[in-house]
Amino acid sequence: MYRTRLVRVLALTAALSLGVAGCAQNTDKTGENKQSGGGQANAPAIKADPAPPLPTDAALPAGDGKGKCGKVSIAYIGTIAGASAALGLNILNGVKLAVKEHNAANPGCQVTLKQFDSEGSPDKAPGVVTQAINDKSILGVVGLAFSGESKAVGKAFNDAGLVTVTPSATNPNLAKNGWKTFFRGLGNDAVQAPAVAAFIGDQLKAKKVCVVRDDSEYGIGLADLVTQSLGSKASCQQKVKTGQKEFSAVVGAISSQKPDAVFYSGYYPEAAPLVQQLRDDGFEGSIVAPDGVRDDEFVKNAGGSAEGVYLSCPCLPSAGFTKFTKDYKALANREPSTYSPEGYDATTILLKGLDKGLKTRPAMLNYVKNYQGQGLTKQFKWNADGELTQTPVWMYEVKDGKIVQLKDMSKATS
Amino acid sequence: MTYHLALTLAQTESHWIDFNVGLLRDEFWSNTIDGLAYGSIYALVAIGYTLVYGVLRLINFAHSEVFVVGAFGAYFTFVGLGYQPGPTSDSGIVPLIVNLLLAGIVAMVASGVIALILERVAYRPLRKRNAPRLVFLITAIGASFAIQQALLIWRGGNPEPAIRLLRPQAVFEFGTTRITNIQIIVFVASLLLLVVADAFVGRTRLGRGIRAVAQDPDTAALMGVNKERVIMLTFVLGGALAGAAALFYVMQIPQGVLYNGGFLLGIKAFTAAVLGGIGNLRGALLGGLLLGVVENYGQSLFGGEWRDVVAFVLLIVILMVRPTGILGESLGKARV
Repeated sequence: MYRTRLVRVLALTAALSLGVAGCAQNTDKTGENKQSGGGQANAPAIKADPAPPLPTDAALPAGDGKGKCGKVSIAYIGTIAGASAALGLNILNGVKLAVKEHNAANPGCQVTLKQFDSEGSPDKAPGVVTQAINDKSILGVVGLAFSGESKAVGKAFNDAGLVTVTPSATNPNLAKNGWKTFFRGLGNDAVQAPAVAAFIGDQLKAKKVCVVRDDSEYGIGLADLVTQSLGSKASCQQKVKTGQKEFSAVVGAISSQKPDAVFYSGYYPEAAPLVQQLRDDGFEGSIVAPDGVRDDEFVKNAGGSAEGVYLSCPCLPSAGFTKFTKDYKALANREPSTYSPEGYDATTILLKGLDKGLKTRPAMLNYVKNYQGQGLTKQFKWNADGELTQTPVWMYEVKDGKIVQLKDMSKATS
Repeated sequence: MTYHLALTLAQTESHWIDFNVGLLRDEFWSNTIDGLAYGSIYALVAIGYTLVYGVLRLINFAHSEVFVVGAFGAYFTFVGLGYQPGPTSDSGIVPLIVNLLLAGIVAMVASGVIALILERVAYRPLRKRNAPRLVFLITAIGASFAIQQALLIWRGGNPEPAIRLLRPQAVFEFGTTRITNIQIIVFVASLLLLVVADAFVGRTRLGRGIRAVAQDPDTAALMGVNKERVIMLTFVLGGALAGAAALFYVMQIPQGVLYNGGFLLGIKAFTAAVLGGIGNLRGALLGGLLLGVVENYGQSLFGGEWRDVVAFVLLIVILMVRPTGILGESLGKARV
């Protein structure tokens, strides 16, 4: 008796879902344009700048092949398998490539690379940093990758006198702690934010912008700076959490404001579902996101909705770096991405120091402090805070499922 | 009607908590609908917690990993059917339904099997030794980590590339509120599965066995109920429903196929189960829907980052007023 009723209910539901799917099918035609055009019906056409070529005078890790050193190592500390792992792996592979090229060319100086997975987390980083500090063979560190974790461990490095060159942490406050061992291998968010604001205002012609921030050190800091730079154009603020995947309420709040553009300040694991859910909800404005989102993982995980998203980054397009790209691909079996060349450059600087036969951490620190030279990505010369004097900022765009360079924004703001 | 508490952080101008009544009002209906669709997923996962608790008096904290295995099952079915990450392709209705059903079945089987293995490997040996209840709890947490780490080693820390069979499209629109095809499918299908599960436990012979063991395992055994079989069945049933929930979750949020993608959802589902009254199937449904809706309201009212806080504050408040949950415990009571 009961069984027959169950069958009837099942049949009814099957019929209902058929009906629903049928309705969906009918509306597919109108949805077509939205999906393929990235949702931006009225996006202004922006002419792309050519990628810069590889500087001919760039310092390379191989050096002159006459390096002499003892049993020394350098470390990469940052996310390897933790949150936003792809961003860390981009860097780690750049570091690996530099060490490999160096060791192949310098028989008299074989440097060991030690890797520490901080999982990108301010909670996990102090543990592995203590390990690295206690390993006396490590004379220099490439890292940490993210701003939150960098903040958590900066003092420990300073106390240990172990020099760090970060290829990716962009929070400006990091350089204001008086740490003598902190050096930043790229432009900070105080450089990135005005560039983003200029792009949104001058290129996208947006008048109302929603700034969405995550709860990381990086996301909060960058969102504040972008909001400041946008001035009265920043008409709404929304907050999300790291690890969040469901954004219906935030999406609803953004849609009710009808902004011309949304700026997301955070990393790619949250950006991908947010962008997808924004587009699904029918948002047709521009979406702009920073270097923490600039990774192929974002494009893959946004499932088509990433099309037309603009990405800012204080990193150079590596399209002009033919040899670097080829060697990187041979090593890592994938294209170099955000901060791969920056990681390579930072490593090169440390390796050049080791080649000189530096044996102690204070000597290494002193050497980095006074370093001056051209890398793949930029001229390296640090001020007293550990900030670079010249830094590029580029805008990128997701086109046909690939991140392509769009505009060199350092010209627009300087 | 926007009030900001004047509790600003020293260096930033942003408010750390909002009290945005206007947004809550504007977004009330869309929040309700999103909440119901999402809450029905909570409810499906919550059944797994409730059933196992009812029968074994055990909170199976590895149930969130049972859910994730289902998500991977659905994902790999999509891949196996030839779907690619990227823009959603437009397949016809019939293949779409067949493929979704197929993915659902694979997900349910995958979750059911992993739940069964979990029971065999992690809980049964302990039961044979009459281990104290606390040991079960620790084992559950350990098993949860073990599965999570195994998935991490296997698939890495990045989510699987998003694959969607069905793009959300507004089916109805009243006012500014869109109700999408996916929301309707998820809500109706979840409700149906919950009705089936309720009927299964309430009206079938096997369900009677589950209730008997929940009420008094020793007496049930004396009356000829095969306790081991009942426990096995409980895990498989809860697992299969979690697998179905995983498919619905992946349909809504394709980025959820991730080694630790079930952690928060599992905790929420557990909350939903406790909220409705753990051990009570209908309580799981009520708790799930309530939690889904309330956390969306809370998110509009207090700001995005307060979503989870609202969920747990709700739990604490309800438990203070009604320690057994809204509907109380009833799997063991012969009340159907």
